Amino acid sequence: MKNLQVLGTGCPKCKKLAEMTEQAAKELGIEYELTKVTEISEIMTFGIMLTPGLAVDGEVKVAGKLPSVEDIKKMIA
Amino acid sequence: MTKDNCCCSGGTTTILACSGGSNVGQITNEVAKRLDVAGVGKFFCLAGVGGQISGMLASVEGSDRVLVIDGCPVACAKKILAAADLDGYNYVVVTDLGIEKAHDFTLSEQDIERVMSACKASLANPPAKEVQQ
Repeated sequence: MKNLQVLGTGCPKCKKLAEMTEQAAKELGIEYELTKVTEISEIMTFGIMLTPGLAVDGEVKVAGKLPSVEDIKKMIA
Repeated sequence: MTKDNCCCSGGTTTILACSGGSNVGQITNEVAKRLDVAGVGKFFCLAGVGGQISGMLASVEGSDRVLVIDGCPVACAKKILAAADLDGYNYVVVTDLGIEKAHDFTLSEQDIERVMSACKASLANPPAKEVQQ
């Protein structure tokens, strides 16, 4: 089970990243749990200063960018 | 990043300073702080990059521009970025501006202003080829 965390306070880009991550996970057919981390204090614990961010099993894979679905697949596979 | 600013609007300039244990190292730290306060960019934690903290690495990679300030030719900041496979940044070395390195922490306002100007001038141009690799 992959733990996918979308880091962002809820702006359109953050929501878009959550949608794209969900799409990527479904297309890969992996087992996953996706959570949206929206509290700024919790986001800061990941060491990021740019959002949106995506963490996979606790490791931040991207911050400050909206990657393509194909790139997200590589990050979460 | 603050509660009212999610930092996803783009145009981010990240500033990394060597912040070393010398006058020139501490000038980089002071300059980075002042550039942040002036809104030129966001002062970010070089130690986190050196420590391979994934969120910090991803944040630097996700920045539109990165300014790296080293105090002296030992170039610790530059080497930390190289170890993290990060390139394509603007680069300023304090001693290249004629400021002599010493183990003296009484910083000259004139020196700080000189480095501030050099950093702003650097950011007016694309990243130098020698650090794009």
